[in-house]
Amino acid sequence: MILCTPAFADSDLPPAYWSDRQLPNPRQEAQAQALMEQLRCLVCQGQSIADSDAELAGDMRDLVRRRIAAGDKPAAIRAWLIQRYGTWISYKPTAEPAAWPLWLAPIALLLIGAWLIRRRIRLKGES
Amino acid sequence: MSRAVRFMPLALLLLIIAALVWRLATPADTNVHSHMEGRAVPPFALPAALSGKPGLASADLATGQPRLVNIFASWCVPCIGEVKVLEQLQRRGVRIDGIAIRDRPADLTQFLAQNGDPYERIGSDSQSVVQIAFGSSGVPESFVVDGKGVIRYQHIGAIEAADIPAIMGQLEQAR
Repeated sequence: MILCTPAFADSDLPPAYWSDRQLPNPRQEAQAQALMEQLRCLVCQGQSIADSDAELAGDMRDLVRRRIAAGDKPAAIRAWLIQRYGTWISYKPTAEPAAWPLWLAPIALLLIGAWLIRRRIRLKGES
Repeated sequence: MSRAVRFMPLALLLLIIAALVWRLATPADTNVHSHMEGRAVPPFALPAALSGKPGLASADLATGQPRLVNIFASWCVPCIGEVKVLEQLQRRGVRIDGIAIRDRPADLTQFLAQNGDPYERIGSDSQSVVQIAFGSSGVPESFVVDGKGVIRYQHIGAIEAADIPAIMGQLEQAR
């Protein structure tokens, strides 16, 4: 929130060339778009760089499109950014230990639900 | 249903409220910390941001002496106050280089004339490319780089007078 205050006002320079311009190759543009939707904006945290109007998000879109156009794989660009900002920068959940509860929670909740239903059925049968 | 089980929802509610109150009282750190500390400065070569002062390349940061890289901009308000503190650091012998984000030579010249100029070199990063390569997410930010060109420390936000001992300490450690 602090980063969005006027104290961090924008520059006077025009947006980077590829920040709001689609790549001519539709397959590459689709790849870039998919990746940009999964990258977190550094300024307005909680938005993806595809959604954010922040200048830095525009510069990151430019960076993503340039790299895709140069033949870089989306996974490589994501890894490059994670090396700089940590997994925080990517909305795509990873399989690192910190995220295990996230993956296990649905299974655990299903098991608890099944156990509760089983109990209910049993209690009804007894009465 | 036993008494303990009956009070479970209430206990859960209280637990959630306690968690919310705790987070309100101690807000999460919204700063984005660079993961480049301990890594070599990413290779780059930025053109001069204004005439009369050389640009900045990664090779300029591996000179055998620790240096302070200040990421700033003429359009950044906190940067105005920071320049004075950077000048104090310069008087103590700190070598400071600047990376100007999305800036114009005319604006930068005026900014330095008005506020002071502690920079040996200033590279122009007109599309934040080097800023992103450093893992920086805003202006101002500063990085302590050791004599081998390895990033040792990131300072987020303006360096204030109270931060001078910490910065000097980090520079000493990077020696």
